[in-house]
Amino acid sequence: MDHEILIAGFGGQGILFAGKLLVNLGLYEGKEVSWLPSYGPEMRGGTCNCSVCISDDPIGSPLVVNPNVLIVMNTPSLDKFIGKVQPNGLVIVDSSMVDSEIERTDVRVCKVPATALTDTDPDLKGGANIILAGKFLAECGFKSEEMIRKVFEKIVPPHKKGLIENNMKAIKIGMNYDTNA
Amino acid sequence: MERNLMKGNEALAEAAIRAGCKCFFGYPITPQTEIAAYLAKYMPKNGGVFLQAESEIAAINMVLGAASAGVRAMTSSSSPGISLKSEGVSYIAGSDLPCVIINVQRGGPGLGGIQPSQSDYWQATKALGHGDYQLLVYAPCSVQEMVDKVTLAFDMADEFRMPAMILADGLLGQMMEPVTFPERKTELPPKPWATNGHGFKREHNIVNSLYLVPEELENSILDRYKRYEVIKANHTEAESYLCDDADIVVTAYGAAARVAKSAVNRARAMGIKVGLFRPITLWPFPVKEINEACKNAKALLDVEMSMGQMIEDVKLAINCSKPVHFFGRTGGVIPSPDEVLGEIKKLSDSNQ
Repeated sequence: MDHEILIAGFGGQGILFAGKLLVNLGLYEGKEVSWLPSYGPEMRGGTCNCSVCISDDPIGSPLVVNPNVLIVMNTPSLDKFIGKVQPNGLVIVDSSMVDSEIERTDVRVCKVPATALTDTDPDLKGGANIILAGKFLAECGFKSEEMIRKVFEKIVPPHKKGLIENNMKAIKIGMNYDTNA
Repeated sequence: MERNLMKGNEALAEAAIRAGCKCFFGYPITPQTEIAAYLAKYMPKNGGVFLQAESEIAAINMVLGAASAGVRAMTSSSSPGISLKSEGVSYIAGSDLPCVIINVQRGGPGLGGIQPSQSDYWQATKALGHGDYQLLVYAPCSVQEMVDKVTLAFDMADEFRMPAMILADGLLGQMMEPVTFPERKTELPPKPWATNGHGFKREHNIVNSLYLVPEELENSILDRYKRYEVIKANHTEAESYLCDDADIVVTAYGAAARVAKSAVNRARAMGIKVGLFRPITLWPFPVKEINEACKNAKALLDVEMSMGQMIEDVKLAINCSKPVHFFGRTGGVIPSPDEVLGEIKKLSDSNQ
């Protein structure tokens, strides 16, 4: 299935990095992929978002206008994008950051208190983005931790190599988080 | 070959190094700054020069100097910065020097905005500076094409001794896509005209754009235009997508063509006979190719991220033989495939 993913939140929450994780996983799976960030002042603390396309076919427009996967990390982004999600789409919300209610009933919603979860363990500091990405991967049946590790080894800068294990920890928490409990 | 995920700007910069570019002169501006940042890091490691000039005007004149010495040289900027370079580009063209100029377009006029735009089409293809001259203008629509066209631009600029431009935009510059690179060029064509050191072994060369005798200036221009004719006859490039049986042909280049292609695919799924014609060379405009692509079409729909600039070349190329409609968003707004699809449907309904 084609994924048209929009990840949105504040600058500094790791929106673009979460996008890099997903787009690289798509690449390793042999798919056609694209990654498009918002840029300019938005990167420096304003609202920030990132379009990721993963498909069997060549990507047309890389700008995701109507996502079938929305991952949101703040209230303004949820308010801005919830109406754009395709019917039957998946919405993954950092419920510790978002206080709006989702009124749509034609989308599947997963609420994960990702930012609150990172407070429980110093290793997870700043890892809410990865917890949410982990939840998305679990929802679409992606299981290969080995491939995820390979991607982190590629995208985590050399001077931050120590953070690979922390990221793996965050991914597993996201993958195993039971939203039905 | 390994597929790397890279931003368009960075891939373009890497491709320039591999194409044998030895000098880069630039000045930062969003959304092209990653080109300069990449080259600042990697150009010196590859035996080249990266220099952040004091202004765009200085940068383009440094390109003129390096090109005179026979070195592959490049500058990059975004719309307002390209306007500043225009005087230098005219001097480079008047001096018959090869170089590559990158424009990662943003919204204008004036300082405009920083989001992607295509409103510098006229500037690139008609008048980047004063005088009778043209630039080779390439319009990539993917990160891979950014790489391929930079390589080609250096070769063509050298072969025809003229400046070449890559007309990209903020979307292509900022997005990441898989890309593969060509092998690094080790041998470049000789430049016997270059004003480099020769140890008194030949007559000295002169690079100049000043001709005070009108006939001499006219001859230099006529000579240049003979080369332009060779390029027009042999070096146009375009992509035709599902045009053979198309009632409607959408024309679009660069990022707008990607949006248009998504719309064309959706319209085809609804049974509408529509195709996409995408010029890859904007100068020279692919005249033969567009006439072939729209030979069965009843109407054309030109889609741009501007108020409509390429549409004039589309109309000229088909000699106004069919109606050419227009849809555009401007100021940094990227049209959505749905909007373009809406225009296609409207046209399709009115054609029935």
